[in-house]
Amino acid sequence: MRKIWDFHGGVHPQENKRQSLASGIATLPLPEELTLPLNQHTGAPAIPVVALGDQVLKGQLIAEPVGMVSAALHAPTSGVVTAIADRQVPHPSGMSTTCIVIRPDGRDQWCDHQGLAEPLAASGDQLLARVRQAGITGLGGASFPTAVKLSPRQTITTLIINGTECEPYITADDILMRERAEEIVAGASIIARILGDPQTLLIGVEDNKPQAFEALEAAATGTGIEVVEFPTKYPSGGEKQLIEILTGQQVPSGKLPAELGIVCQNVGTARAVYRAVVFGEPLISRITTVTGKACASNRNYEVLLGTPVSHLLAHSGFDPDRCTRLVMGGPMMGFTLPDLSVPVVKASNCILACDASESPAVAPPQQACIRCGLCAEACPATLLPQQLYWYSQARDFDKVQAHDLFDCIECGACSYVCPSNIPLVQYYRAAKGEIRKLNGEKLKSDLARQRFESHQARLEKAEAEKAAKREARRLAAEAAQARVADGAADPGTHQPGSADELIAAAMAKAAARKASPEQQQAKLERGLELATSRLAAAESKLTEAHANEVSGEPLEKLEAQAEEARRKLEEARRKLAEFKPQTSGDKQAAAVADKIQASPREQLEAKVATLTKTMAAAREKLAATDDDAIRAALEQGLEKQRHKLADAEQQLAELGPEGDQQPGDPQILDAAAAAIARAQARAAAATEQSPAEKLEASIESLTSRIAKARDKLATARGEGSEHVEVLQSSLDKLEAKLASAREQHRQLRDQPQHNEVERSRP
Amino acid sequence: MIDLIVQNPLTAALFAMVGLAVVFGAVLGFAAVKFKVEGNPIVEQIDALLPQTQCGQCGYPGCRPYAEAIANGDAINKCPPGGQNTISALATLLDVPAPELDAEHGEATDVKKVAYIREAECIGCTKCIQACPVDAILGAAKLMHTVIASECTGCDLCVEPCPVDCIEMRPLPQTIAEWRWELPKPPGEQVRALKSADIIATDRTGSEQGDRAA
Repeated sequence: MRKIWDFHGGVHPQENKRQSLASGIATLPLPEELTLPLNQHTGAPAIPVVALGDQVLKGQLIAEPVGMVSAALHAPTSGVVTAIADRQVPHPSGMSTTCIVIRPDGRDQWCDHQGLAEPLAASGDQLLARVRQAGITGLGGASFPTAVKLSPRQTITTLIINGTECEPYITADDILMRERAEEIVAGASIIARILGDPQTLLIGVEDNKPQAFEALEAAATGTGIEVVEFPTKYPSGGEKQLIEILTGQQVPSGKLPAELGIVCQNVGTARAVYRAVVFGEPLISRITTVTGKACASNRNYEVLLGTPVSHLLAHSGFDPDRCTRLVMGGPMMGFTLPDLSVPVVKASNCILACDASESPAVAPPQQACIRCGLCAEACPATLLPQQLYWYSQARDFDKVQAHDLFDCIECGACSYVCPSNIPLVQYYRAAKGEIRKLNGEKLKSDLARQRFESHQARLEKAEAEKAAKREARRLAAEAAQARVADGAADPGTHQPGSADELIAAAMAKAAARKASPEQQQAKLERGLELATSRLAAAESKLTEAHANEVSGEPLEKLEAQAEEARRKLEEARRKLAEFKPQTSGDKQAAAVADKIQASPREQLEAKVATLTKTMAAAREKLAATDDDAIRAALEQGLEKQRHKLADAEQQLAELGPEGDQQPGDPQILDAAAAAIARAQARAAAATEQSPAEKLEASIESLTSRIAKARDKLATARGEGSEHVEVLQSSLDKLEAKLASAREQHRQLRDQPQHNEVERSRP
Repeated sequence: MIDLIVQNPLTAALFAMVGLAVVFGAVLGFAAVKFKVEGNPIVEQIDALLPQTQCGQCGYPGCRPYAEAIANGDAINKCPPGGQNTISALATLLDVPAPELDAEHGEATDVKKVAYIREAECIGCTKCIQACPVDAILGAAKLMHTVIASECTGCDLCVEPCPVDCIEMRPLPQTIAEWRWELPKPPGEQVRALKSADIIATDRTGSEQGDRAA
């Protein structure tokens, strides 16, 4: 005989169980419609896997669990899915939630299902998978998914099957134990296997159910399961209370029984596990007590889940006029149903239709708490209900939690004994709800704070990055300016890196160009050089035009060009002259000037070299080509270049002695300026010359060139050079030109007036 | 040594006191550096009690600035989203009497609302995204935007910038999971709620008697 402990408090309300135990478990005809809420369990609602209009078979999966704590849902009979919509569900709020509605086809045809004939030969995991697939939840009232409860992390040493059913009126477990004791014991063995065969297997039964106890005793013989009978007291069916009764251990506040190595399961759950494992039948029905004086026949029914309460009551002789309150669950912990259309769900163990003698329509008025302390004596969780009440109504949630509100099992023993008729449990439920809501809001507000802070941080970061970029640009510009100010002394030291730096450097350069006088001077000097060379080109063209006897518009054009080039040159020189006095004192300006002054000679030398090279190339081309026209053009070009070369050589010769002179005298040293002056003088002379004089000059030059060409031809012949022919032909041409020039000269002398008139034409 | 102390008790006492002062001064100085508290902890505590809607109805640009203002002595009743619960919590924390909510900053509502974008009308201007203090609006330029309802604090700040007025505040539907039991009414109100047939004549209120007379 096992030692029995007692728990603190408890009450002995009138049992009222006899009414519904007069007859055995009955079944009901199929209702018109079955309404199956997706959330009949603690945890996340299941997800429908059938569509509107689908034909379903009995036991077919219609909604699958989502997440860890959830349970599957199966069709209780064969039929058609007529709706997946919000329907009113049995809940104290009277609210609606999503339900699958099935209209039975009356055939009650099973889907394919298969059980394990030898369940104890299978592994725990296989059995657990079957329990999970069957959608079994705790049938004692809390409706917690059984598969989750049967996979604890701790090692389980004790399995307790709860056959206590301490709440008045309810006899669903009692009748089940009487009629299905073998199934319960077999289910308990399967649960024990799933939990890894704990040493202690107990079935606890109150001593007000002797028939159930005997039936279980008989069924459990030889299975190692001990059936324990203990004195009746409300609420010994509470999980923590039953554990204390059977093991003497108290489950600490905030902990689960599994942490003590104990798991509790209801007898109904054990039987559902047995059916699921051995026959492959999912949880589609349960035993529900229909009782109360407003019903003519009080008994237990095996009800399909989803059956409307109205259907159940219609077969029990329900008298709506007598009924003052329709309760789902027992009188202590149940709740008033908002409507008769709500369905029976997995947690519905009792439908209690009270008449006025059982439950007055209006509760007696609440009076002030007189601090009698009866509630504290009755509390099975050893709490101080009067303090909880006090702080709950004052909404002092810190204090109420400090008094362990969350250890309250809402059994209603305190309200039962309260002489002032205070609905204490309602206060606790409200306080719990409020605290949960506040905690949820707190979590949400923490999340919002986090998001707000990261939002702010992101904005700040973006702003800081922008500011840093601006600062970097400013610094780079400053540094570049500083470098320029330090002097362009060592411009090669800076290696521009990033694009920013490059831009900064370019900007700085532009600024420096504006600022530095040396650079400005250099620019002006470059302009001067350009103008000089342009003028030289224009003049040479002009000379050539004269030489080729071009007249009329082309000649005037060329002359205008030469004039323009001269004007530009003049301007450039004036600018340079204006600029020079400002900077003459500057040492650097002097250095730059040195450089420029030194260059004319080099320039000329380079010019000579280039011309020589170009001429050689031209000669080669001349030798290679056969076409007369091209040959003539090439020869002409060659002639021009020869002229240029001669000029350059002459200049170089003039410059020779000057190069040795003292630097620092810009007037003399500015060779470019000197060359310009010479060119100008020549151009001026050319314009001033009369055509006759021009012709004379050209005849002269032609003569000298012919002489030179003859010399060259002679040397070439002597050396046996391949250019002999080319030279010969060019000599012939020169001679022809000379002849024509002489002819022109003669003509010109004959009619000089005519020519004068032509020249003075605008 | 003992003799010296006995002969010069005053000097000895003086030295002892100075010595103690130096030792404890050093210990306190070390503790002040070693266990220095960064920032103002009361601001953190106040901020933790505020609802973090970041709506700015209090006149500050977010909950934390308001927390700082409260720490510097501002009134604690400027937060309509927090309502009386927040005011009570702040009053408890700061040990001051709890005032009524300042109506100037708006009224407390029990119904939680979240922003909702009528997506067909959205032109994708991103103005609401920039206005949202908790990044609860999803979208890109010239593409439709939408509100992540679970992240929305219902602060209202996105409604005003919308150029096409396609954002509205919708109350969150209450679900069974969120439903809570309500506190029973105080005894006096319970009596008044009873049907007149259930109470004796002298308990009847004036209005009920008036009704009967009429």
